[in-house]
Amino acid sequence: MALTTASPLGKALDTPRLNSKLLIGLGLITFILLLSFLGPVVWDVRLARAASTPLNLPPAWVVGGTWAHPLGTESMGRDMLSLVITGAPASLRVGFIAAGIGMLVGILLGFTAGFLGGWIDAVIRTVADAVLTIPALAVLIVIAAFVRALTVEHMALLLALFAWPGPTRLIRAQVLTLRERGYVRMARLSGASTGSIMFKEMMPNLLPYLAASLVGNVSAAILAATSLEALGLGPARIPTLGMTIFHAIRGAAILRDMWWWWGFPIIVLVIIFIGLFLVAIGLDEIANPRLRKAKPA
Amino acid sequence: MTQPLLEIRNATKVFGGGFLHKGEKTVALDNFNLTISGSPATITTIAGESGSGKTTLANAVLGFLSPTSGQIFFKGRDVSTLRGQQLLEYRRDVQAIFQDPYEVYNPFYRVKHIFDLVIGRFRLARNRQAARDLIEEALKVVGLRGEEVLEKFPHQLSGGQRQRMMVARAYLLKPSLIVADEPVSMIDASLRAMILHIMLKLRNEQGISFLYITHDLSTAYQISDEIYILYQGATAEKGDTRQVIENPHHPYVQLLINSIPVPDPQQPWGSRIELPSEEELRTHTASGCRFYPRCSHRMDGCLTAQPPLYTVGEGGHEAACYLYESKSMTLPHPASEFREQAVLRPSSQFDIRKAKL
Amino acid sequence: MTMVITRDTLASTALLDVRGLRVHYDTPSGDVIAVNGVDFQVRPGETVGLVGESGCGKTTLAMAILRLVQPPGRIVDGEVLLEGTDVVRLSEGRLRELRWRKLALIPQGAMNSLNPVMRIKDQIGDAILTHEGRQAKPGLRERIIKLLSLVGLPSRVYTMYPHELSGGMKQRVCIAMAIALNPPLIIADEPTSALDVVVQRLVGQTLLEVKKSLGMAMILIGHDMGLQAQLVDRLAIMYAGNIVENAPVNSAFAEPLHPYTQLLIASIPSIKERKPLRLTEGLTHDLRRPPPGCVFQFRCPQVMERCRTVVPPLRELKPNHFAACHLYHDLRMPNDAAPAGNS
Repeated sequence: MALTTASPLGKALDTPRLNSKLLIGLGLITFILLLSFLGPVVWDVRLARAASTPLNLPPAWVVGGTWAHPLGTESMGRDMLSLVITGAPASLRVGFIAAGIGMLVGILLGFTAGFLGGWIDAVIRTVADAVLTIPALAVLIVIAAFVRALTVEHMALLLALFAWPGPTRLIRAQVLTLRERGYVRMARLSGASTGSIMFKEMMPNLLPYLAASLVGNVSAAILAATSLEALGLGPARIPTLGMTIFHAIRGAAILRDMWWWWGFPIIVLVIIFIGLFLVAIGLDEIANPRLRKAKPA
Repeated sequence: MTQPLLEIRNATKVFGGGFLHKGEKTVALDNFNLTISGSPATITTIAGESGSGKTTLANAVLGFLSPTSGQIFFKGRDVSTLRGQQLLEYRRDVQAIFQDPYEVYNPFYRVKHIFDLVIGRFRLARNRQAARDLIEEALKVVGLRGEEVLEKFPHQLSGGQRQRMMVARAYLLKPSLIVADEPVSMIDASLRAMILHIMLKLRNEQGISFLYITHDLSTAYQISDEIYILYQGATAEKGDTRQVIENPHHPYVQLLINSIPVPDPQQPWGSRIELPSEEELRTHTASGCRFYPRCSHRMDGCLTAQPPLYTVGEGGHEAACYLYESKSMTLPHPASEFREQAVLRPSSQFDIRKAKL
Repeated sequence: MTMVITRDTLASTALLDVRGLRVHYDTPSGDVIAVNGVDFQVRPGETVGLVGESGCGKTTLAMAILRLVQPPGRIVDGEVLLEGTDVVRLSEGRLRELRWRKLALIPQGAMNSLNPVMRIKDQIGDAILTHEGRQAKPGLRERIIKLLSLVGLPSRVYTMYPHELSGGMKQRVCIAMAIALNPPLIIADEPTSALDVVVQRLVGQTLLEVKKSLGMAMILIGHDMGLQAQLVDRLAIMYAGNIVENAPVNSAFAEPLHPYTQLLIASIPSIKERKPLRLTEGLTHDLRRPPPGCVFQFRCPQVMERCRTVVPPLRELKPNHFAACHLYHDLRMPNDAAPAGNS
């Protein structure tokens, strides 16, 4: 007797309140993506280069501003809107590359540790725990101070050094749980190879957790990258959001009451973080239906 | 005389107590012996309560764990030495049905995934159509139709249907032995007959032997040929099922059978029973009979060593109890009377600490 | 299915009187009818067994009596009169006063829901204090130890943690919690399902003894007919949301009237003799669309034309023995009014 005919994915997607959190979050991220891809089409991003504009203009709606530079300009002659349009994708890129590498390493090590157990597990687990206790930001600051002239990709690699233990532990824990599941035992009884069990039996059931974890890691990576950049340790030539903030601080924007210099990059960052956060909890709810609270009657 | 299908020799399994583990060790199986001849096909029951070792035994036969000592021989070969191709053949020849008919399905896939897995792995069919025919044939044996069930997801089928599909999957490989670990305990009482009937059918028509693991003696009585009743890792009584259940000799088995609720309000359970406390059970017996703390017939000699199996009836009916040590000893409970007599002394007190057993 | 006869005489003495209770579950493809207009009573001190297969609605019925039905389930219609008060229409506040004091529950799998980080004394203590208020504190220890001894547990258990106890002992702790405030009615949902046979006997024994010393009524939900025979005074058989037979236990086993009851009894595997296995299908229809007429028609070996279209009413066919089946359509009892609901 069937109560529904949908697949688990279909079942998840057609929950009555189709996960408003997920939708809003995706909406926010999409907005940022649109900004990043359509921005250069409709706006002249060469204005992000120094000395392209009149200096220190406030945003258009404030006295003294002009619509030629709607978000204002800063003290090196760069247009804020262009800075934001070029900075946003750079931040996203750092986040996704760092988190992506971390996730891949995490999958590799997590599965190995969880599945094989024994001393391999002990080694991987200990190393992961050790790296987790290292104050990542401090170490990154030291490294970045030595290794200058970074590109966005270099930054991402640097961050990935500290991005892998979290996913490793998560996946290892999930594998340990799933290993005892009935269907995994059944697969073993059916003679399935270890690889086949890992990827065809376990992995599909891990996807929601992986997705939620990935998104969370992206946030963390962007935050770490922005922190480094705000301290001046980021790619010198690329106007990422963090670097813009750095210049704003160095240019005494606060003293000079030029809130638009540091304000807009922060707004964009906040939108990114909120968006990612909502996507993460939305995915979490899909993965764990118990979190989907039905309102009491 | 052909070699037996399954032979377990002095299998012992100890958990914990090793170098890396703290905590005491548990002896899950203690020098367990069993033989299944395989021809004709039989249903052999391993009965016991939780902690009796029956699940450990099932896992050992299926190769999920290896015994600390002793050996398991399948068709003459030691199971722990199988590798590669031989192991694959073993996987084909020994299949399993488990207790929970939901957990064994991967919720991500439709139910036909379980068939695709084995057909693919063992290359049972050359093309899609041949595979489909094979599946349909297996489903027919369990009374299901492919079009009704194959494309569904596990949560869309009932427990009975899922369990039947598991049987169909096991049958698909045409194994010589199926280990059925509590196959009906999570299915409603009124629907169990269906699965048991299929098991009988497979034995009679397909020559598949079963190792039926259960705690429910009633179902064992209905379908099983031979029975081994375990208590804390050792065999308490074994033999032809009807004989053992109609004529139990070991005090534990008598207690067990007396405790089965008779579906007749006019026949109540009988005298009150109590269980000894946890400590009394734990400090029981480093040596000697494990049932000592609960046994109403215990004697001093019972603590000296684990009682061996003594013959108490025909057809391999044996019980591990010193009561039957000497053949000339009068059996305290002649078989025909055991049900009427109270095996355990009734106690009027609630306090378990003072329970005199 | 509505009862047609002298319910009033029974109702006046009933502790619990369920009338026309209907519970539906909201699903994307329509309402699943879990409890379909059920009437039944429990008298003071009586143990009523509620038996049926998975999905027949027995747990839902129990939850509805306690107003514990969670969305997407909801009580659609009916009354639940506990000592005269309609539970369905009570406010949350009054309901909370009622729960545990007048009506306690031992849910399915209760022994696994004990808080693993609290000692037994704290868990039982909590239950008492929550429902009786702080004034229960003095004398609490003695009270708990007395409760433990009532269920046959030694006083050592007072300070133990759940993981130190066996399954049977944990279940008895749950029984102790339920009787803590001496409610006149307890609902026990499959109290022995995960236990070994000997432990099951022990827990069953405990329930009987507790009942004898405290005189409470009990609804015992299960699907093991053997166990029911040993423990209950009266048996109510449920199928697909309806009660199809309701009789004193002796009468139910000696002469089951409804074909479904007969089937349940016949499918109990016997330990005394080998019989051929009695096969049967499970639930055969979609609970969203019960068929017109008798809900058991697709599985009934004695189905007739009438069964397809007319719902058989629950009638008293023998003294105190009710069944809903057209096989007895022509049987007239002295208490019958003109039977309603027939063509």
